[in-house]
Amino acid sequence: MAELVAKSPCDGVLPLEIGSVAAREEDLGVITALLPYRAQGAALSERLKAAHGMAFPSPNRATGKAGARAIWAGREQALLLGPAPDPGLADHAALSDQSDAWTAVRLEGEAAEAVLARLVPVDLRGSVFKRGHTVRSQVAHMAGSVTRVGERAFLILVFRSMAATLVHDLKTAMEAVAARG
Amino acid sequence: MRVAGKGLLDRSRSVPFRFDGVRYAGLEGDTLASALLANGVKLVGRSFKYHRPRGILTAGSEEPNALVTIGRGGRRAPNTRATVQEIYEGLEARSQNAWPSLKYDLLGLNDLAAPFLGAGFYYKTFMWPKAFWEKLYEPAIRRAAGLGALSGVPDADRYERAYAFCDLLVIGAGPAGLMAALVAGRAGADVILADEEARMGGRLLAETHTIEGRPGHEWAAEVLDELAAMENVRLMARTTVAGAYDQGTFAALERVGHHRARAEGLPLECFWRIVAKRSVLAAGALERPVAFPDNDRPGIMTAGAVRAYLNRWGVSPGRAVSVFANNDDAHRTARDLVRAGVDVVAVIDSREDAPGSDLFEVHRGAQVVGSVGRLALEAITLRSPAGEARVDTDCLAMSGGWNPSVHLSCHMNARPVWRDDIAAFVPTPGAVPGMIAAGACNGTFATLACLREGAGAARGALEALGMTAPKVDLPAAEEEACRIAPLWAVAGKGRAWLDFQNDVTVKDVKQAAAENYRSVEHMKRYTTQGMATDQGKSSNVSALAVLADATGRAIPETGTTTFRPPYSPIAIAALGAGGQGKGFAPERFTTSHRASVERGAPMIEAGLWYRPGYFPAPGEKTWRQSCDREVSMVREAVGVCDVSTLGKIDIQGPDAGEFLDFVYSNTFSTLKVGRVRYGLMLREDGTVMDDGTTARLGDTHYLMTTTTAAAGEVMRHLDFVSQGLRPELDVRFTSVTEQWAQFAVAGPKSRDLLNGLLDDPLADGDWPFMACGPVKVLGAEGRLFRISFSGEHAYELAVPARFGDSLFRALVARAEGVGGGAYGMEALNVLRIEKGLITHAEIHGRVTAFDAGMGRMVSAKKDCIGKTLSQRPGLLDPERERLVGLKPVGAVKLITAGGHLFEKDAAPVRENDQGYVTSAAYSPTLGHMVALGFLRRGPERRGEVVKMVDHLRGVETLCEVVDPVFFDPKGGRVRG
Repeated sequence: MAELVAKSPCDGVLPLEIGSVAAREEDLGVITALLPYRAQGAALSERLKAAHGMAFPSPNRATGKAGARAIWAGREQALLLGPAPDPGLADHAALSDQSDAWTAVRLEGEAAEAVLARLVPVDLRGSVFKRGHTVRSQVAHMAGSVTRVGERAFLILVFRSMAATLVHDLKTAMEAVAARG
Repeated sequence: MRVAGKGLLDRSRSVPFRFDGVRYAGLEGDTLASALLANGVKLVGRSFKYHRPRGILTAGSEEPNALVTIGRGGRRAPNTRATVQEIYEGLEARSQNAWPSLKYDLLGLNDLAAPFLGAGFYYKTFMWPKAFWEKLYEPAIRRAAGLGALSGVPDADRYERAYAFCDLLVIGAGPAGLMAALVAGRAGADVILADEEARMGGRLLAETHTIEGRPGHEWAAEVLDELAAMENVRLMARTTVAGAYDQGTFAALERVGHHRARAEGLPLECFWRIVAKRSVLAAGALERPVAFPDNDRPGIMTAGAVRAYLNRWGVSPGRAVSVFANNDDAHRTARDLVRAGVDVVAVIDSREDAPGSDLFEVHRGAQVVGSVGRLALEAITLRSPAGEARVDTDCLAMSGGWNPSVHLSCHMNARPVWRDDIAAFVPTPGAVPGMIAAGACNGTFATLACLREGAGAARGALEALGMTAPKVDLPAAEEEACRIAPLWAVAGKGRAWLDFQNDVTVKDVKQAAAENYRSVEHMKRYTTQGMATDQGKSSNVSALAVLADATGRAIPETGTTTFRPPYSPIAIAALGAGGQGKGFAPERFTTSHRASVERGAPMIEAGLWYRPGYFPAPGEKTWRQSCDREVSMVREAVGVCDVSTLGKIDIQGPDAGEFLDFVYSNTFSTLKVGRVRYGLMLREDGTVMDDGTTARLGDTHYLMTTTTAAAGEVMRHLDFVSQGLRPELDVRFTSVTEQWAQFAVAGPKSRDLLNGLLDDPLADGDWPFMACGPVKVLGAEGRLFRISFSGEHAYELAVPARFGDSLFRALVARAEGVGGGAYGMEALNVLRIEKGLITHAEIHGRVTAFDAGMGRMVSAKKDCIGKTLSQRPGLLDPERERLVGLKPVGAVKLITAGGHLFEKDAAPVRENDQGYVTSAAYSPTLGHMVALGFLRRGPERRGEVVKMVDHLRGVETLCEVVDPVFFDPKGGRVRG
């Protein structure tokens, strides 16, 4: 019997390279929403450290590194990006598979900050928004998540269904920044 | 004309441009105004009301006269100030408000009628008859009086919005602003230096001042080089800070593309929101004209503008220039001109103690009382103690003193304070939190003092930021005190103009006072002074001084009008940047979107989602043909429909059941694992909020579905209940709408179809109605729900979204193999109306469970949100409009949603209204229209014939009241 074919959210619309900035789709592996049960935050964090090597992130922070990262995603909520979650985590938190729920784009380049300054109404200057910082905010008209993952690199998450809009908005901003020379 | 040896432009860089169709050449760095003056063009526009010939008054963004239209078609920009617009190769500018031409303007006749057209004329004259105002008077007046016109076609340019953040925002890059930025920049603060001009330097570019013994502009260039090299300093030229708002937020407009030929992708303007911890206002000052009779002829300019054209652009606006002033500063104009070799015919100073000069003749205690010249100035009339004399001159440089640009300091509702010594208003300290004013905008005019204040303001800001100010030496510069004796208006015959852009004279202001419009705000509205696009930048203070005089009050007592953002005009296109076309709202596409579009399905917007309306088959010409076929297909074979857009909320935790019992009107804690239940959610006020099914996936694990449109609202509601009402419940939830692609597979052949795809086929009795559980579908982990929104034996099959496209194609292909296929929203709607299933068309916010015939779903055994208020007697009154089915029984067979219901023989008027139709569709299954609606005592009236009247569409139909479930009322098919 035929197998189902998997398609990524940005299938056919990325990568994009304009001026000094590139946008490409990021395969984050397994994405799991971690929602600690009442009074289980500390225990969850310990378990997370033991199993995946990172603490449960505090608000507006990301922990871990590329391949196994946890980013804060809202009140008492984080997204574990990369590894399949250790089953023991479920003793302390509700786990919800979100691997297919997000459009994940890595925006990188000299002018990446300038591009995001046209889409995100938050202070993303390197001196304020450092590596390991994350924010839930507007990305153009979309509710999204922005994390600095490198000196000139950001991870942007929006709903899967909005992939086309994200690419459109990124492209417009990238073109405008590039056209200024 | 250009003056040899003057100006900061490169004479070798010639730039051709057109004005009113005529080709001219300017220099790189010219504004349209400086280039026109260099070419001897003085007449640039016609005035707003009287169509008076007007020239260029100023050299900055305050320009009231020289408004032109740039570009054509969708790129047309009316009311562009020639003093701001830079020239570039291919620039095309046209004059405005003149017909047939600038030189021969027919509506110049208005000027002859001026004695009748003064302030208040329209109010008094066009009062009667009332209906004529809108239809006749106003359009005629608007045609005659006007500025440039919009193109009437969509704007073809791109605009952008952007956000910036800094420690210190310095507004204005003159000596004070440069010094402030330098001190803060060297201290390591994040600095944004914004200036509205293309070239930074402010008055240092326009004057012959020296700093450290060298020309001021050289010092400015050096400082700018140092600032540009600093990582922590951002220079924003061509950027007007237009408004000051709460918490250090500023609005700014950057002209990105106005000064060059169009480039691909380049926005025309960028609207910035700048958030600064501290700010320095170094916005400079604006020179004010003197109101003397006929002071508006082309060739009469402010004295500072004449200096700017000479020193910065190397242009003299005249060959025989005269100066009229009440202050020392304007004497520099004469001095600079003479030194540049331009003839200065007279300096007329209203003060008896004006300084003398050996370079030019000074008339002390004298005034200009008139001027002549039809399209350009030819001569002025000088009145001195010796009598009146004619002085031939083609350019008069006038100065009534300088008004500090206090505007931004007043945007948070502070008023400026009056200073007698400089006869001007200055900002109130602390008027905008965190803002310090420095330099000319603070009433400090001498260069050295500006530098000192700029440095001081930066130090103050750094201290507040907790940073250490570096030692920066103050460069040597001029420190002349500015002497002035107020002179607002000169008495004499003829109109003395105050507001050049709205054509308001001294007489108009006096008339306002005479008619008891004594408040400055009333005078403004009565005369329209200050209400033009320049917001009275060069007339407000003079006008209120004239009003003060006319009402016998002092200037501070008279007060100013309110300063409002924006400082200078901003195109709506810039404010709405990014909102054009696809930027208007996000588009949400399902995983089956591509496959649906490939099949020619037209899309319907549902919230932000795009869902297929129907899937046209070959030969089908109307949506009804497709819809009817799809309905029959589901009833007779099998149909496939993407239902991924419904909200899906993953709910987990030991108290999940109790939580659901609280938010739903019915009970979920008793639901068995592997089963689904329909639920009704009430608002606190007892009306229905949303409905949907919730599945129990495990002991402490539920999956709730919501309607597409209410997904966000329900999620917000759950958050509120969990955090605010029942924080003691240990329950967590998150949206998984986007994680799953979910497809309804409905119809008698649905199980057969699924069995061709599932790794483990469904056995008889395994999956009764409302069962759910995990399945493997073509190798992928999925979930199967035996639920139905069509009344047929049906399932919903969910897989991770990555497989959505693939599964949809597989399902549709197999369905087509057995006489089925994809169905869209239209068919889905017909199927559910036939079955009497409700949507938000029915639960529209005023409907209770009782109204919808679901009163018993509000459990008596437990409490839930909305329960108490849902039991108010008025909400349980049998007289209420309650859910019914309707089918046509008369000659007219059409029922329309939105139609109202009346007793059969009652007149269809509001007083007789008995209810309304919420949903209606043609049922191919039953061969007639079916409708749902709400009717008074509805369920008790089954069998009765009522009249539906749709007043909007002009439809009147007799309907029989029936059970809302038209099709298979016993539910045999859904359970079969």
